[in-house]
Amino acid sequence: MVESSADQLPSQLVNDPAWPGRTVVDDWQVVGSLDQIEVDVNYQTVLLDVPITFNVTESREVRAWVNTRCGSQTSSSASARLKTCVQYGYIWVSLGQPTQNFFEMPEYYEPDRRNIHAATIRVKVSAPRAIENFLDLAHFPFVHPGTLGEEPFTEVKDYDAVILEEGDEVLAQKCLFWQPNAMPTATEGYEVEYVYRVPHPYCAILYKANAIDMNRMDVVAIFVQPVSEEECNANMFLAMIDDQNSDTAIRSFQLMIFAQDKPILENQIPKRLPLNLRAEMSARCDALSTAYRRWLHKRDVRFGTIPQ
Amino acid sequence: MIKLYDYELSGNCYKLRLFLNILNVDYDRIPVDFYPGREHKSDWFLQINPLGQLPVLDHDGFVLRDAQAILTYLAAKFDASHKWYPTGDAEILGKINMWLSFADSITATASAARLHDGLFYQLDIEAARTNAHSLFRVLDEHLWFAEEQRQAWICTDKHPTIADIACFPYIMLSEEGGISRMAYPAICRWTDRLREIPNFIAMSGIFESGS
Repeated sequence: MVESSADQLPSQLVNDPAWPGRTVVDDWQVVGSLDQIEVDVNYQTVLLDVPITFNVTESREVRAWVNTRCGSQTSSSASARLKTCVQYGYIWVSLGQPTQNFFEMPEYYEPDRRNIHAATIRVKVSAPRAIENFLDLAHFPFVHPGTLGEEPFTEVKDYDAVILEEGDEVLAQKCLFWQPNAMPTATEGYEVEYVYRVPHPYCAILYKANAIDMNRMDVVAIFVQPVSEEECNANMFLAMIDDQNSDTAIRSFQLMIFAQDKPILENQIPKRLPLNLRAEMSARCDALSTAYRRWLHKRDVRFGTIPQ
Repeated sequence: MIKLYDYELSGNCYKLRLFLNILNVDYDRIPVDFYPGREHKSDWFLQINPLGQLPVLDHDGFVLRDAQAILTYLAAKFDASHKWYPTGDAEILGKINMWLSFADSITATASAARLHDGLFYQLDIEAARTNAHSLFRVLDEHLWFAEEQRQAWICTDKHPTIADIACFPYIMLSEEGGISRMAYPAICRWTDRLREIPNFIAMSGIFESGS
C-alpha cells in the first residue's frame, strides 16, 4: 500500500474548502477485510487522499491514525487516533466524527448464508464510477457474455428506481434480466430478478434470485474505499445460499466478473462521476444511475465526483 | 484426463486455457485461490509444485509445472499438424525456445506491474514498467521487420507457434500495470491477428476480436 504523509490532520482539512473529502469526512469508510489482516501488523493505506495506518489487535480491536511528517509517531497521541469499527467482516474508519448508524444488511446474520470476502482490487477510477458500473444492467451482454448476459438478450425492462427518504438510500426494484449463467449454482439460463440498494455513497448491495431456491435472494455487495479522487479499492462481498460450490469457486466466479469490468472502468473518461445529469447521455435503463447521481448531489458528495 | 491447476486472472494460466481450446483438448479446471487466498503457497499445493507457482498440468499422473514447458508438452502431444511446435525443425525450434524465455521476462516485468497496481504487490514499479517497455520495443521492432518479410508471427510466416501464445497474454494485460501499448503498432497488429485464430477464447481483461 502507499506510504506517504499528510500535511494536515483531517480536523484541519475539514475546514479546507479545497478538500473534496470534507463532505464525507464523518462517514464510515472501508479500509480492508478482516479476513486478510494479520494481527498486530501495521497496514498503510490512503483514505480520501489522507495517508493513514491501521492495525488489529488479538482482541479484534482496530486502531487507526493519520500518518504525519514525523512518520507514524502520532500513534501514541490520542488526538490523532481515528474512529474505527468492524462491520460485515470489514474494517471501517472515519476521519471525522461518525454520527449515522451503520447501514443495515440483515442477510449477513442469516445462519444458512455463506459470507465470503471475494477480493480487494485496486481500480484506477473514482469510487462513484465503480459503484455506478455495479448498478448497471445494460452492459451485461457486452462485458460479461456467457455469464451475466448474452446477445441478443440485451433488453432492460422498465424498473423502479427511487431515493428513499427514510433510511436515506437509493433503491431499485423489479429489475429483470435474462442471464445465461447467473451464478456458480446456475445450470441454465433464466430471467433473473435483481434488487439494488445504495445505502452509502461508496457502497452498493445487489440482491438476485437464487438459482436453486427462487424464493430467496443471494447478496453481492461492493464496498469501495475512496483512495484518491481517481483511484479506489473495491472490496467484493458475497452472502450466498449455496451448499454446492467451494469458497474458491465462488470467489473465482466473482473475480472473473469484476476483472471483466476493470479495464472498462479504468478507461472511463472522466474518471470522476459527473453529477450534472446533462453531462452524460442517459436512457430509460439508466434510471438507477440517474437516481444515484441525484442522491450524491443531494448529499453534496464531492470526493470522486464532478459536482454540478 | 488432463487437470489444470488454474487461476482465472493469471495470464500464464490463460495461455494454457487458450491453447487447449485451440487444440480442442478437454480438461478439468481446478481453481486455486491465488488472490486473496494465497492457496498456491499452501501445504497441499506446494506438494504439487514446490515453487508455489501456477499453472500446473496433470495429465493422467504426469505432472508438469511452468506455463512455457506445458505449452511445449501440449503441442508435442496433441498437435498432429506439428505446426505449433515443429519438433523436426532445429532452427524454428531454437527460435521458439528463445521467445518462450522472452515470455518469462514479460511475466517478470509487465505481469509484476499488473500485480502491483491491482493486487497491492510490493515491488519497484518504475523498474518493472521501464523493463517491460524495453522488451516491448524489442518485440515491436522484431514484428515490424517480420511483417516486411511477410512473416505474420514471431517465429514463422503463416502458422503461429506456441511462442506467439506464450508472449500474448501479459502484453494484452499490460495496461492494467500502467504500461501503454500505443507506441508499439506492430505489436498491436500482431495481437489483432492472434485474436482471429480459430477457437480463440478471451479472459477477463482480454476481449475477443471485434468487441
